[in-house]
Amino acid sequence: MTVTQEPTRVIGQRLLRREDPALLTGEAKFTNDLPVTGALHLAVLRSPYAHARITSVDVSGALAVPGVRAAYSGADLSDQWGGPMPCAWPVTDDMKNPAHYPLATSKACYAGDGVACVLADSAIAARDALEAITVQYEPLEPVLDLEDALSDRVVIHDDLGTNTSYTWNLLVEDHDGAVDEAFAAAAHTVSERYIQQRLIPMAMEPRAVLAMPQPFGGDMTLYSTTQIPHILKVMVALTLGIPEHQMRVIAPSVGGGFGSKLNVYAEELLCVALARKHGVPVRWNEDRSENAMATIHGRGQVQRIELAADADGKLTAIRVRLIGDMGAYLQLVTPGIPLLGAFLYAGVYDLPKAYDFSCTSVFTTMTPTDAYRGAGRPEATFAIERAMDSLAAKIGVDPLELRRRNFIAVEKYPYEAYSGLVYDSGNHDGAATKAAEMLGYDELRARQGTQNANGSNKRLGIGVTSYFEMCGLAPSRVLASLNYSAGGWEAATVRVLPTSKVQVVTGSAPHGQGHETAWSMIVADKMGISPDDVDVLHSDTAIAPLGLDTYGSRSLPVGGVAIAMACDKVIDKAKQIAAHQLEASADDLEYAGGEFSVRGSPDKTMPLAAIAFEAFTAHNLPDGLEPNLEAQVTYDPPNFSWPFGTHMCAVEVDTETGQVDVLKYVAVDDCGVQVNPLIVDGQVHGGVVQGIGQALFEEAVYDTDGNLKTSTLAEYLVPAASDVPPIATGHTVTPSPTNQLGVKGIGEAGTIGAASTIINAVVDALSGLGVHDVPMPASPHNVWTAINAARANASGNNTIANNNNIGGSQ
Amino acid sequence: MIPAAFDYVRAGSAEEAISLVGQHGEDAKFLAGGHSLLPLMKLRLAQPSVLIDIGRVSDLSYIRDAGDHVAIGALTRHMDVENSDLLKQHVPLLAHATSHVGDPQVRHRGTIGGSIAHADPASDLPATTLALGATYVAQGPNGTREIAAGDFYQGFLTSSLAPDELLTEIRVPKMNGAGWNFQKFNRRAMDWAIVGVAAWRNNGDSGVALVNMASTPVLATSVSSALASGASIAEAAEQAAADADPQADLNASVEYRVHLAKVLTRRALEAASS
Amino acid sequence: MRHDGFSVYLLDEPGGPKVEISVTVNGVSHTSDVEPRTLLVHYVREHLGLTGTNIGCDTSSCGACTLHLDGEAVKSCTVLAVQADGHDITTIEGMAAADGTLHPMQQAFMENHGLQCGYCTPGMVMAATSLLLENPNPTEHDVRIGLEGNLCRCTGYHNIVLSVLAAAAN
Repeated sequence: MTVTQEPTRVIGQRLLRREDPALLTGEAKFTNDLPVTGALHLAVLRSPYAHARITSVDVSGALAVPGVRAAYSGADLSDQWGGPMPCAWPVTDDMKNPAHYPLATSKACYAGDGVACVLADSAIAARDALEAITVQYEPLEPVLDLEDALSDRVVIHDDLGTNTSYTWNLLVEDHDGAVDEAFAAAAHTVSERYIQQRLIPMAMEPRAVLAMPQPFGGDMTLYSTTQIPHILKVMVALTLGIPEHQMRVIAPSVGGGFGSKLNVYAEELLCVALARKHGVPVRWNEDRSENAMATIHGRGQVQRIELAADADGKLTAIRVRLIGDMGAYLQLVTPGIPLLGAFLYAGVYDLPKAYDFSCTSVFTTMTPTDAYRGAGRPEATFAIERAMDSLAAKIGVDPLELRRRNFIAVEKYPYEAYSGLVYDSGNHDGAATKAAEMLGYDELRARQGTQNANGSNKRLGIGVTSYFEMCGLAPSRVLASLNYSAGGWEAATVRVLPTSKVQVVTGSAPHGQGHETAWSMIVADKMGISPDDVDVLHSDTAIAPLGLDTYGSRSLPVGGVAIAMACDKVIDKAKQIAAHQLEASADDLEYAGGEFSVRGSPDKTMPLAAIAFEAFTAHNLPDGLEPNLEAQVTYDPPNFSWPFGTHMCAVEVDTETGQVDVLKYVAVDDCGVQVNPLIVDGQVHGGVVQGIGQALFEEAVYDTDGNLKTSTLAEYLVPAASDVPPIATGHTVTPSPTNQLGVKGIGEAGTIGAASTIINAVVDALSGLGVHDVPMPASPHNVWTAINAARANASGNNTIANNNNIGGSQ
Repeated sequence: MIPAAFDYVRAGSAEEAISLVGQHGEDAKFLAGGHSLLPLMKLRLAQPSVLIDIGRVSDLSYIRDAGDHVAIGALTRHMDVENSDLLKQHVPLLAHATSHVGDPQVRHRGTIGGSIAHADPASDLPATTLALGATYVAQGPNGTREIAAGDFYQGFLTSSLAPDELLTEIRVPKMNGAGWNFQKFNRRAMDWAIVGVAAWRNNGDSGVALVNMASTPVLATSVSSALASGASIAEAAEQAAADADPQADLNASVEYRVHLAKVLTRRALEAASS
Repeated sequence: MRHDGFSVYLLDEPGGPKVEISVTVNGVSHTSDVEPRTLLVHYVREHLGLTGTNIGCDTSSCGACTLHLDGEAVKSCTVLAVQADGHDITTIEGMAAADGTLHPMQQAFMENHGLQCGYCTPGMVMAATSLLLENPNPTEHDVRIGLEGNLCRCTGYHNIVLSVLAAAAN
């Protein structure tokens, strides 16, 4: 399929972002920047224990601290909650979900669990007063290892009687026993175990909340650093028993999210409840170590993947067993995260109906996990792409060649996969070929042979990953089949004002993605006007009341398409007015360049500006036509969005120190039609570096007592500019056939492709030394340990080699 | 986070600072650039009751040629040490090592005296000045005394400075054309070294000191002795950890630190000898 | 357009024993009484209402709070307001010209898509400007090392580095 690109189109231009001047000058207001008189500041006392019974809480000392207005234990506030904190994704009917309240009452289940709080005139006073609260704990054993959690040796939530939250299966077989038969008949099999270490999202803006009550009207306005003002509004209303129509949520400028602000947090509920209780504004600003402990973590899985292949290396079956680390409680979409990957363990490969996936998820005494950039899909992609390299090594073929043998051929699209999902479009060989050219794959392979053969301490490795992003969440019926409690639609309103300026109202709430710029480009393109004449309204539930917000690379393929559809409706209505005014048949009208003309009578034209004013005055409209020029669309996508691509990199590993140096990184992404290539490249750059972060730098580390040791940015290694390479981006364009713009998502692609690309390269560099795997992060220490283990293994000492097979919670 | 409350007094001279610390007692702390102390105070790992701000004692910021050594005022900022032509000429190892301290913002505020007085074994400058055989000058109520770098570091974040003494000057012997190298091994450029090595070599003489290999910076005398007695660089480097007592942390086990110390010492000496 | 719903901006006053300081911020003189433990970043944000300078960590790691003290980049979370007494401060609000023309570094960030969420951006711009004052013709490596004290989670740094190189070339 091709899309005709007209030379004058706004879509496709590298337009500079209209968001930037405010952000570059300090004019933009983040939640923490909003000054309010008379606000009380909330501070939360957090459990220093990973697992402890709370035997008493005495807040009286805090009340004696100057400036303190109130202090509460969890029990003191138990009458505030209409229900426990929400989990919107009960993935199975028998899923275990412990009651989770904003402050713990009987038990603290992770280090950082809130146990008491203070309201004071200043943030300093509130924080100082926490030290005057006395809590007596009876410490219990922490549960930090996933396999240990599974054993129920120590049960965290007494009333559940088990640490297992759920087991979810996806078995797809052409006939009963197809998977087992395929493994029995396979010419080659591999069985690999990978650890997806816990990551901390670390958006640069920590969370902040400001609740503004209107005591005499009952209205409540909540300002929050959130990706999901609309979902948050519903959930706060339900949880606190506030009538939804009196609840307004505003997300001011939001400093990054990456999934960590896709949640309903205790502090949001506390601020609203206490603002209601005290009748004054209540605010809370998270400090970084709180952010590390009390904002969700990402990843946290133990993966077992088994591939069966025929003699040529063509995949015949895949078996996957996961253990998912839920952390202490289920947050908004915690249980669904591993399942978002369930459909991607066959990657971009042509797999017959022989797929056996099972995930068991367990509670641990650590910070709850939830969505982090890619959410389930980087984990799945990592497993299949690492396992493909293992299979290639076993068969003795080049990893890129093995992938080519298994790619879903371009002529098979749209392709109905083993799972029943239909992949809408793809050209995997095209992306791989382009990436190989950009990297200089063949030359590097040749150089590698020479460099690594001569015993150099700097060994060269090449890594490859081909991936599907599977995003654009999501068709509502598919979400229903996964037991998700909401739909996947998005709303848009396009409104032509009397002076012909255009207001767009979108339900997707940006936090750095450039929606204002991109949405104005879509409207400009559709309506033949300048993007400068388009304003985009968002992130305030009073202004944009309908929406499902921003996550899962959904904004463009769902929200952006909704806007294009609303433009069509506006143009249709304008056409009726123009036909009436021009005394022509609507069928004879053409719309281009912002004006209607009558086919065959080029002098009979009517610009949009004139139509907008007619619609406003309503003096001479066709019979039965409503005044004003506005249309609203709620769009439920017919399918996921299926961006794909190939990433490649070259690394050099210092075998003496274990240091990995990324020499070159190439990302070829195909996200269909690009509305703004400048923004697309930016999304890829950032996503790739987050993936490199997982591969080489980042890990949430707990000590044996269950305390988070990486609770600051000095210990949790978010890489800086000095620590990462430039990213060479390339694109192929395979438009999506499922939407009129031909667009797909791009927000998570970089992260989905990057981690396995890096680790494949590191292992490739070291395979000549007998290294089969390196755990993430491939820190110098971990790489050095893997090299030592391989050397010991080669000399017959298997004990050390097995130590490299790190298990548990990591 | 915000520091716990404290009283703030400002000293106009070294004498006044010493007098103030005498008045306020052991809970008082000197504040120079604040880049060692304030991070601890923000995390409330340090809660001094009084801060004596010596940041305005302008006569303690200088870099002077003093014949056989270069004298550096304790309040000289890292950025000024890093960019000093005098140091680049006579003590290039120190100028270079200083360019690795923290990040540019830290080097605009942090001072050499603050870094040394903090006595952090993971900092670059205590080990570097130790390798160079520096002498530190301390001023107290009864006048000044010189402390050899080798006698200064007593334990983790502990020096031989008395509570009422102020570090005023760092005297670094000129290197007289010695070869030198600084190895800083870390995972992010901004971070403290997992292991660092400062080394110089001049004919038969050498100095090697290790960053983050014990509770104090470590002078690797075994390495220098080995070199002096004719060992090859590779052989001498095997002695790198002989004087060290490293701890494990998030980034390295003891075994890995020992290994790194050897590799980095070898690399530093090879570079210093070429 | 972001609607934050506020038209009047008023400020909280922290309590406690105070010390008087006089500073010049973005060319304007201010005399204020501050608690000694007030960090410079809190002073400019809460006393002066200059909220463009952001706070991203507790450990002097992230650089979001970078501003200029006497023309040099410093992390204002690691400077006490009392230490800035008598000194000249420039925050991100002082970078654009009075007529609204962006500073060349701000312009370069805009033209090269050197920002996404914008939270690290003021600190990045201040650090980058300071870097070019000290090294007007940096290599790509110089820029990457020169920005080692500033973290960004959105851009992967690629376009930030391009922005600084572009500003240097102008």
